[in-house]
Amino acid sequence: MHETSASHAAHQHTAPTSFIRKHVFSLDHKVIGKQYYDLALVAVFIGMGLSWLMRIHLGWPAWPIPLLDKLSAVGAPGGVMTPEYYLSLMTMHGTIMVFFVLTNAPFSAFGNYFLPIQIGAEDMAFPRFNMMSFWTIFVAFIVMMTAFFVTDGPPIAGWTSYAPLSAVGGDAGPGMRLGQTLWAVSIAIFCISSLLGALNFIATTLDLRTKGMSLARMPLSTWAWFVTAVIALLAFAALLPATILLILDRTAGTSFFIPAGLVLSDKLQPHSGGSPLLWQHLFWFFGHPEVYIAILPSIGIVSHIIPVFARKPLLGPRAAIGCIMATGFLSYMVWGHHMFVSGMSPFSANLFSVPTLFITIPMTILTLLLIGSVYGAKMRFTAASLFCLGFISVFISGGISGFFLAQPSIDIYLHATYFVVAHFHFVMAVASIFGVFAGTYFWFPKMFGRMMNEGLGKLHFWLTFIGVYCVFMPMHYLGLAGNVRRYSAFTDDYLIPLIPVHKFITVAALLTGAAQFIFLFNLIWSRFKGPIASENPWEATTLEWSTTSPPPFDNFGGRHMVVYHGADEYGVQSSDGKDYIMQTSPEKVPAR
Amino acid sequence: MGRLFAVVVTVITLLSVSFFVMHTWWMPVDISTTGPAIDHQLEETMTGSGLLFLGGQLLLGLFVWQSSDKNPARKIKIFPGGANPLVAAAIILVGIEILTLTFVGSKAWAAVNLVPAAADSLHIDVQAEQFAFYFRYAGPDGQFGGLHPDKIDDGSGNYFGLDPANDVAARDDVVVGSLVIPVNRPILLTLHSKDVGHSFYVPELRIQQDFVPGIEIPVHFTATQTGKFEIVCTQLCGLGHYNMKAYLQVMSEADYEQWLKGQEGQ
Amino acid sequence: MATTTLPPGADIALDDHGSGGPPEIAPRPGHVTGSGSHAQKSETGMWVAVSAIGMSFAAFTSAMIVRQDSSTDWQHFQLPHALYLNTLILLGSSVTLELSRQRIAAIPDAARQASGSAKTLLANGIYWLYLTAALGLIFVLGQILAWRNLAAQGLFLATNPSSSFFYVFTALHAVHLLGGMGGLFYVLRKLVRSGGAAETSGLSAFSIYWHFMDLLWVYLLLLLAIRV
Repeated sequence: MHETSASHAAHQHTAPTSFIRKHVFSLDHKVIGKQYYDLALVAVFIGMGLSWLMRIHLGWPAWPIPLLDKLSAVGAPGGVMTPEYYLSLMTMHGTIMVFFVLTNAPFSAFGNYFLPIQIGAEDMAFPRFNMMSFWTIFVAFIVMMTAFFVTDGPPIAGWTSYAPLSAVGGDAGPGMRLGQTLWAVSIAIFCISSLLGALNFIATTLDLRTKGMSLARMPLSTWAWFVTAVIALLAFAALLPATILLILDRTAGTSFFIPAGLVLSDKLQPHSGGSPLLWQHLFWFFGHPEVYIAILPSIGIVSHIIPVFARKPLLGPRAAIGCIMATGFLSYMVWGHHMFVSGMSPFSANLFSVPTLFITIPMTILTLLLIGSVYGAKMRFTAASLFCLGFISVFISGGISGFFLAQPSIDIYLHATYFVVAHFHFVMAVASIFGVFAGTYFWFPKMFGRMMNEGLGKLHFWLTFIGVYCVFMPMHYLGLAGNVRRYSAFTDDYLIPLIPVHKFITVAALLTGAAQFIFLFNLIWSRFKGPIASENPWEATTLEWSTTSPPPFDNFGGRHMVVYHGADEYGVQSSDGKDYIMQTSPEKVPAR
Repeated sequence: MGRLFAVVVTVITLLSVSFFVMHTWWMPVDISTTGPAIDHQLEETMTGSGLLFLGGQLLLGLFVWQSSDKNPARKIKIFPGGANPLVAAAIILVGIEILTLTFVGSKAWAAVNLVPAAADSLHIDVQAEQFAFYFRYAGPDGQFGGLHPDKIDDGSGNYFGLDPANDVAARDDVVVGSLVIPVNRPILLTLHSKDVGHSFYVPELRIQQDFVPGIEIPVHFTATQTGKFEIVCTQLCGLGHYNMKAYLQVMSEADYEQWLKGQEGQ
Repeated sequence: MATTTLPPGADIALDDHGSGGPPEIAPRPGHVTGSGSHAQKSETGMWVAVSAIGMSFAAFTSAMIVRQDSSTDWQHFQLPHALYLNTLILLGSSVTLELSRQRIAAIPDAARQASGSAKTLLANGIYWLYLTAALGLIFVLGQILAWRNLAAQGLFLATNPSSSFFYVFTALHAVHLLGGMGGLFYVLRKLVRSGGAAETSGLSAFSIYWHFMDLLWVYLLLLLAIRV
């Protein structure tokens, strides 16, 4: 250890000493990553709780839910949910899950913690912006939560917040007064947080790679975070203008999205000339890249973890990186597939359908590469690897349903049905979260210096894997039967016979949700009582495993790592009798 | 554990596929002229995707099963040919399927949305509002009266905001809460919204079209069977969205004429 | 297993495009390999930020085009003349910024910073930078004058979509410019403290931002002149 190196390392930024600087307003990307993760954890349990309330109401609409009237006396008098309160809970469920969980955990949380370490850097390029980006998302979250407690209630326009329902203000119905404005303000603040975060990821990846860490040698997870950051930078830069225009329509009397002649609550609205379709275009121009922001990091995480437990390299890492980049690029061309029946020109349906179908190709390649990576492996089955294998299965399921929706003629029938709900839950709520679970079980030892309980982890996997299929596979059948989504109750003649299926789904959802408390317990218990973890318990090759568990303040204890190999030297004969060679080992890789 | 995974994946896959194949829950019977093409498209896609689904999941299960073999002498194997065959297979197979579906599917889409309505279509004006659909027929004069949002008065049944006092064409317009049409006749609907976005969905007709405030949107179809069907709203429009519906009544030509006469008499 | 130097004979160019060899940036005195030079990452960060800002104005532009074309209620009006004068002022500020940058860049390295010529260059550089700030401020005041001019004609934010977009574009640009001025004072402070070391002051990164604000304004002016 050279003294000059250590003092230069200290020169970067000094280790904090006060409690506030260490754990609250920290510049350390590792602390910030954990803060993002904790926020996602709080958000996901709130979001899941909301989904339970929704599912119970759908199965048993007249049943009073205990304590619900405490949360909202107006929304659930006597514990029986009103239709508008159902829509509020649904809106908040979608918003919290998409923004504060899926954009957060796989990307902001794990990316912040591990991107700098995986490329051998001491921290992100801009630690102060990093700290700001976390506290900004925290403020956005608080603003969003206050919508629950305003008199008029949370907004009811869905996480997609279509105009003019979301733009006209209180005349549109309950929840559409202050609640909807708070929603728009929260999302605007969220955009700023994401932009700051994305900026950091990009600058860090481009400029702070250590010696020998060429772009080609970066682990798949780093590649995924980098590409996701580029997508996020441009996507959130398009959402922020949309929310600003929405806020102006709601508060300043402008008419960006509101046409003339609308009559709501018996009042002729004073707006004119605006275009509801403009909101949809702006929103989905962000919204489609957003779903790839939600899934790509998990694809990267799973691609990073599978080789570790398969003890063989990922099949086709160059192709995988190419697919991730191609997906990112194509994601900007397909937004109109959310709008096939929206009233936009029918000609543009074909224009959007073609790239939508083409995006299937890189996604299929990635799936096949993952399956091919399992071929011939000597698989070590741990909670982390099981969730990776489960990811492949649920990603196939979710991807296949997309194939139907990508075709305008079929979408005429399936649009706005439970088929769509099945599709996006499989890819986002299940596959993406499986990536987060895999990442958690895998990286927990590194982050906290202790192992999670494997038995509980495996139990969590089995209950969750079977559970999510029970919850979401039946939704495809409901959609094929024409079951419309976003209904708070099923009163139509053709829907009443489907209610038993909904009851089944509700029971499955409650049980699967309950299983998540095993995970929560495991997380918390292991923090304090888990067996102490070594530096490299999984025998992995990437840089995070070349340092202590947890890493020191500057990640490598003053050492300046030099990288000699790519990330996938598994299944080789190393000089010390192991079957892997670390990225930082100068040892030459023997021919296989 | 690997074997258990393979078994579970296989069971889930076979169970899921069986419900699709058996049409346990399926689309209702199609009653439109453009429906068969859409249904055919769906069946084709179901078959192709079903095979991909089966193939992907079972292959995953197989490889996981094999990878759990604990024999220490077993050597790690790389997928034959490496990544290239898989990449090529994905591009070729998926590419072919995409091109096929696009060409075939675009015809089905065009029949619904690009082909113009027949010149002799029965023209009906549809208004969506929070939380009901209303339907307007032109009446004996064949002319629709003008719409005036400031004159809308649900209490007196003037849902469309007609001005019969000053507008001759509006005097004989027929306004009802059900969509009544004759069978086997081309129908042209013009959709407009009074307040927020709504959508017009009749599963049996294989028709779905959003109402966009500020725009009038044409939808045309021909019903091929008589009966009573539901029109439901599929665009989130507020608290009554779940309950917003109307009935579509398809009648014989004679029954329809009789019904219309009765309405016009009022 | 990590080392800070390469052991002789170590093969590191195995499976990549050869960039496993010498690092991309030659290590500068006082900087550690792998931590990135301060100027480089600041500039990278600034280009990224500028892309995001550009994208958001692109989104607003498409909103304006769609809004204008989807309805017949767009009422054109004359842009206040103040805008054109303001443009010259802002362009002027880019010139003064460049003059500042040249002088600062000409300051010799640390070893000779005590010299008189170094002090003169620093003083001049800072002077031009203050001028840049002043011009920026004058620009913002000029924008406020333009808004008051419009208000006097009865054109407010909600009056017409044309005025709505006018206010939205000009206000957001002004907000970004004011943010840039905050950055400018930060740069000034660092310059003074470091005795003119542009490398660590963020001056090059700042100028990317400021010139972008300039170009963005010219683009907005053309857009508004054509469409509003």
